[in-house]
Amino acid sequence: MKYVEEYRDPVAAQQFAEAIARTVARPWTLMEICGGQTHSIVKYGIDELLPKSVTLVHGPGCPVCVTPLELIDKALQIAARPNVIFCSFGDMLRVPGSSGDLFSVKAAGGDVRIVYSPSDAVRFAQQNPDKQVVFFAVGFETTAPANAMSVYQARQLRLTNYSILVSHVLVPPAMEVILGSPDNHVQGFLAAGHVCAVMGFDEYKPIAQKYKVPIVVTGFEPLDLLQGIFMCIAQLEEGRCEVENQYARVVRPEGNRSAQDLVARVFRVVHRKWRGIGEIPHSGLGLAPEFAAFDAETRFGVSGYTAQEDPECISGLVMQGAKRPEECTAYGSRCTPDHPLGAPMVSSEGACAAYYRYRRLRTYDVAEIGSLARD
Amino acid sequence: MCLAVPGKILSTSGEDFARMAKVSFGGIIKDVSLVYVPEAGEGNYVLVHVGYAISIVDEVEAVRTFEILEKMGELEELKPGTGAP
Amino acid sequence: MTDSTKFQLSCPLPLNDTRHVQLAHGGGGRRMHELLEGLLLPAFSSEQLLTRHDGATLHIGNGRIAFTTDSYVVNPLFFPGGDIGSLAINGTVNDLAMCGARPLYLSSAFILEEGFPMDSLRAVVESMRIAAAESQVQLVTGDTKVVDKGKGDGIFINTAGIGVIEHDLNISPAAVKAGDVILLSGDVGRHGIAIMATREGLSFETATESDCAPLWEPVAALLEEGVEIHCLRDLTRGGLSSGLIEIAETAKLRISIEELAVPVREDVAGACEILGLDPFYLANEGRFIAIVPEHESARALSILSRHAVSSGAVRIGQVAGKPAGMVTMKSRLGTERVLDMLSGEQLPRIC
Repeated sequence: MKYVEEYRDPVAAQQFAEAIARTVARPWTLMEICGGQTHSIVKYGIDELLPKSVTLVHGPGCPVCVTPLELIDKALQIAARPNVIFCSFGDMLRVPGSSGDLFSVKAAGGDVRIVYSPSDAVRFAQQNPDKQVVFFAVGFETTAPANAMSVYQARQLRLTNYSILVSHVLVPPAMEVILGSPDNHVQGFLAAGHVCAVMGFDEYKPIAQKYKVPIVVTGFEPLDLLQGIFMCIAQLEEGRCEVENQYARVVRPEGNRSAQDLVARVFRVVHRKWRGIGEIPHSGLGLAPEFAAFDAETRFGVSGYTAQEDPECISGLVMQGAKRPEECTAYGSRCTPDHPLGAPMVSSEGACAAYYRYRRLRTYDVAEIGSLARD
Repeated sequence: MCLAVPGKILSTSGEDFARMAKVSFGGIIKDVSLVYVPEAGEGNYVLVHVGYAISIVDEVEAVRTFEILEKMGELEELKPGTGAP
Repeated sequence: MTDSTKFQLSCPLPLNDTRHVQLAHGGGGRRMHELLEGLLLPAFSSEQLLTRHDGATLHIGNGRIAFTTDSYVVNPLFFPGGDIGSLAINGTVNDLAMCGARPLYLSSAFILEEGFPMDSLRAVVESMRIAAAESQVQLVTGDTKVVDKGKGDGIFINTAGIGVIEHDLNISPAAVKAGDVILLSGDVGRHGIAIMATREGLSFETATESDCAPLWEPVAALLEEGVEIHCLRDLTRGGLSSGLIEIAETAKLRISIEELAVPVREDVAGACEILGLDPFYLANEGRFIAIVPEHESARALSILSRHAVSSGAVRIGQVAGKPAGMVTMKSRLGTERVLDMLSGEQLPRIC
């Protein structure tokens, strides 16, 4: 596939890895924000190609992981109702609420459907005028334009049976929380390339200046990540703290203006609670007053309450890059994808799940592997 | 969060909010909304996320990564004692 | 940075409902494995069951037969390249083939839901007739039950099969040895994508066809040429990875494969990219792996390449001693990682 395969070239990857090794002179800690980038790093073993002095930590770039427990419970309540078709991206199906998940609601007879696009949900609403169709609008800024358009279209079509349950979060406020924390070790950022394809990267300049960290807008393939890391390390070694764009083939400095415009019209910035972190001001999106009729929480009157969480897992620390999944005492034993304790182990984009699924051979007997390599 | 994949526009139709394209991802063809990149046309590669194209792939920028690698390679060859850290 | 941003460490209650059967118990992954190991095998422990192979190899009189059963609950019932009927025949034929047995006789039991369209039933039965003829097997006995509307998913089919073993090899995970080579009969993921694409909401405009096909012909050819086959396994639910992991765990050996050696067709790769799926975990219905000693691998590949269903056969990896029960993969970047069993079904994702 063009514009995909060539960015997985092993020879080029090795070249970048060597360039990083030549450039680095001191230890540095970098964070990548986006779950998709975490996935790629762990899947391809990119951190293994880096010199030991470069440490990668993984940020809260998983909107699935950070959706608050209360909101999952509201989703389950709505999905269980007899007249509802509840539509969601596949990622959300197995995230546990206080008791059960969307999969179990489906097993009990709820009409829960996985969709590829919110426009599929709008189509269901048109095809089923006697049912209420609810779409679980989860995501970062990347997904907001699609979700906004679904609401806009629903209004154009005068649909009274379409609504969205909103769980949108924004990246820059989360970065500020991490950088502003007294325990912060992160010295450079790989910004989420697809978020920036929509939003551009002007809003990162004040962050780079305020916290004196280089921020490199980075893509998702191995070469993108390695080049982004290289650019970040180069800045750190040179004492620069600028915003640079590695992913220029799809990211423009201004982003996608028409997408931003529609998002600004359909949504407004609100305070949002991030599971595992807490409430971050101005860090999320909610429906604007003009479109408030499409808000599922209001339409279904799902009661607001505080769900009880069991503070056993350290997902909050993992998502802020303060701890690595392997440092959690439950990781791999009491907490695995089969019996997860926290959201980062459930979501395929969560750092814990990514680490577990793609875990390295080196956690086993290294001496044995050495002899096998000679086969 | 952001599984977005580049695909090639095979054909377009419609205007404004109804602007759509048939996009090929290695032979799999999907209908994609072009509402956010209305200027994109047949032959362009677009970045698609959940059924919406959010950016047009800049083919010139796309090779820059490899030009940089080439340049790095040339510089390395010019250095005396290349290979030593 | 204000004080109001307190970091609350929070965590959901674990969802591990062991009181009810879940979908994951049938998914071919870790949960199903636990059900087998935890409940079914201990209850029915027979020497045969404990070989944990696709079918049972039994001594009857002076000869050996293979005996297997499978149930088919696929949804959608009809998909590009096949339907529940052709799956039901080919699946059981293939399980017998994987024991190295010539498939001969099948039984078929239907559980039909009240209200299921008769035309659909006719189409399914016709499909079964054609598939049985193609594999030269006879349906010799069967059963039909009807359940109340709402108590079944249209149609469930169980097929059981008997085949005759005409050689002396013991083809099972127990025969696998360190140093053996893993051969894969063709590209992976087509059936999984065909199914996923036909389900509502994930349809594509071009239809990827399932690879549903019988596999006895190439196996028969290997046996006829006297190739020393150690193990065969057809790849179904859970895909290539699950098949390899099951063998590695049963044989208590290590399997290592190379990512780039495994063929994936471009349209399957494209669909996987968009949906966020891993082709190594997608279902197949016309693919198998053959584990043979190193000195047989070139000859085996040559034989396989002469048959249409295995014309894309390639070597993908090898068997080693330790760590036991582990499957590792060398990525295209040269880094190595462990292939794990999935806990449940793979779902499309947007993250």
